Amino acid sequence: MSFAQLVFYGFAGIAVLAAVMMITVRNPVKAALWLVLTFVSAAGVWLMAQAEFLGLVLILVYVGAVLVLFLFVVMMLDINLAEMKEGFAQYLPIGIIVSLVVFGLIYLVVGPEHFGLDKTGLPPVHGEDYSNTKAIAVPLYTQHAYAFVLAAVLLLVGIVAAIALTLRRRAPSEALYQDIDAQVRVCAEDRLTMVKMAPEVEPDRVEQGEAEEKRS
Amino acid sequence: MFEALQQWLSGWMWDWLAILITLLIQAVVVILPIMLAVAYLTYAERKVIAYMQVRMGPNRVGPYGLLQPIADAVKLMFKEIVLPSQSNLYLFLIAPILAIAPAIAVWAVVPFAPGWVVADIDAGVLYVLAIASITVYGVVVSGWASNSKYAFLGGLRSSAQKISYEIAMGFALVTVLMVADTMNLSKIVEGQQGGIWHWYLIPLLPMFVVYFIAGVAETNRAPFDIAEGESEIVAGFHVEYSGMAFAVFFLAEYAMMILISYMTAIMFLGGWLSPFEGIPLLETLFAWVPAFWWLALKVAFLLFVFLWFRATFPRYRYDQLMRLGWKVFIPLTIVWVFVVMLLHYFKVGPWFN
Repeated sequence: MSFAQLVFYGFAGIAVLAAVMMITVRNPVKAALWLVLTFVSAAGVWLMAQAEFLGLVLILVYVGAVLVLFLFVVMMLDINLAEMKEGFAQYLPIGIIVSLVVFGLIYLVVGPEHFGLDKTGLPPVHGEDYSNTKAIAVPLYTQHAYAFVLAAVLLLVGIVAAIALTLRRRAPSEALYQDIDAQVRVCAEDRLTMVKMAPEVEPDRVEQGEAEEKRS
Repeated sequence: MFEALQQWLSGWMWDWLAILITLLIQAVVVILPIMLAVAYLTYAERKVIAYMQVRMGPNRVGPYGLLQPIADAVKLMFKEIVLPSQSNLYLFLIAPILAIAPAIAVWAVVPFAPGWVVADIDAGVLYVLAIASITVYGVVVSGWASNSKYAFLGGLRSSAQKISYEIAMGFALVTVLMVADTMNLSKIVEGQQGGIWHWYLIPLLPMFVVYFIAGVAETNRAPFDIAEGESEIVAGFHVEYSGMAFAVFFLAEYAMMILISYMTAIMFLGGWLSPFEGIPLLETLFAWVPAFWWLALKVAFLLFVFLWFRATFPRYRYDQLMRLGWKVFIPLTIVWVFVVMLLHYFKVGPWFN
């Protein structure tokens, strides 16, 4: 067994195990963490296939950002685990039927008869100067530039919609808004007035002081 | 040197075992000095802040208190690790590992001098960014698993903060990649050859500032340490941790501090290149200095700036921190990406040709 095979089977085994754990674990936070492990090991498998850009972006985007937001939401849910377990046996037959149907469909489309070295041939082994980043970037920005821009616009619309849905404008009288620019621009002259005035001395105090001086 | 070792080993054992042993030795050679640096960074932090506040700092253990970090480590190792009841035991114990594992794994691609790198991969910048983005899990998981309100708040704050500042950080790195035309860290340094005025610091000055400040926020350091915020949420995500489990979080934080300093030095300050390249007299005068020393010097200065920040600035409020990240840094970096793009396209100045 070569070292590459050892690493590949390690990542692949962890990916399958973590995926199974992800769908069987009851606690949603733990499920999200198993999903993290699945992504990380899938990224490892991609790295083994010389797709280092895809593998690292999978970690950067999905593990580093998307799933953190998932966890952020899931952790704040107050879920009663006992309640979730109710009705499990009742829905089990339907669940089994649905999952069998889905499995059958997937088997028809991506079953083992569509794959194998005689069908696809050996994957090309790239030389040392092969850059996965360039291999993805060049077709993306030339051949598929149109689709790429459309996808970007779609995402932008999504962002605008999400912000528009959650943005609440309140009247200035209702909420205290902080205008940081105004705060920064403030200088001492705007707020502070120095007043010059003659010293006020209470007459009887002066007499007392003189009396004390005499005593000493 | 390591290739020779691997060849010698594979002469009398399985190939995969030989590779594994070589990798392990390489890992130890990199990790051990970093852990030592982390230990003495804590000492430096206490001394620097102490002198800034007109105090003495640690001065009892050994000459000038130099053995203080070792005393601290021994103390922490022998302390009991308290496991809070009702906490999620496995996640509670995994969280410190999740914090330190990426902080160490990142060092695999960081070059220390020409050729001194474990894995000289082409996607080095991307690897550092990807692995550094995983460090957030240590904080989030510890916050949730501790079953404590304070820890939970710390974890939530930290997750939002790190995601926000990662975007600005990523954009700042994109400008560096555009100027350098490569993602390989060693080649980025080589691209800055030819004296201090060829460093990316000058054409990308705003990005240097954004990257370093975002780095301070990424490592949860003052003035952005709201995940800890001892005046509001006691100690944030690590309230419930004690002994070595607590220390591991600190190891991770300081290792990430050193990493951010290294990355800043490599990306913007010319890495291991001498600042006197191309200056007639000074170049020959400083020719004897080994490449690694220049890098170490730059990293030491940046680490000093980290400590300087902590001693100088009061902690940001949470909404101010988010405003700085989203409304100041991200627009600034996006605009600068376009500026660099135009400069690069029209081949302006000595840097973009």
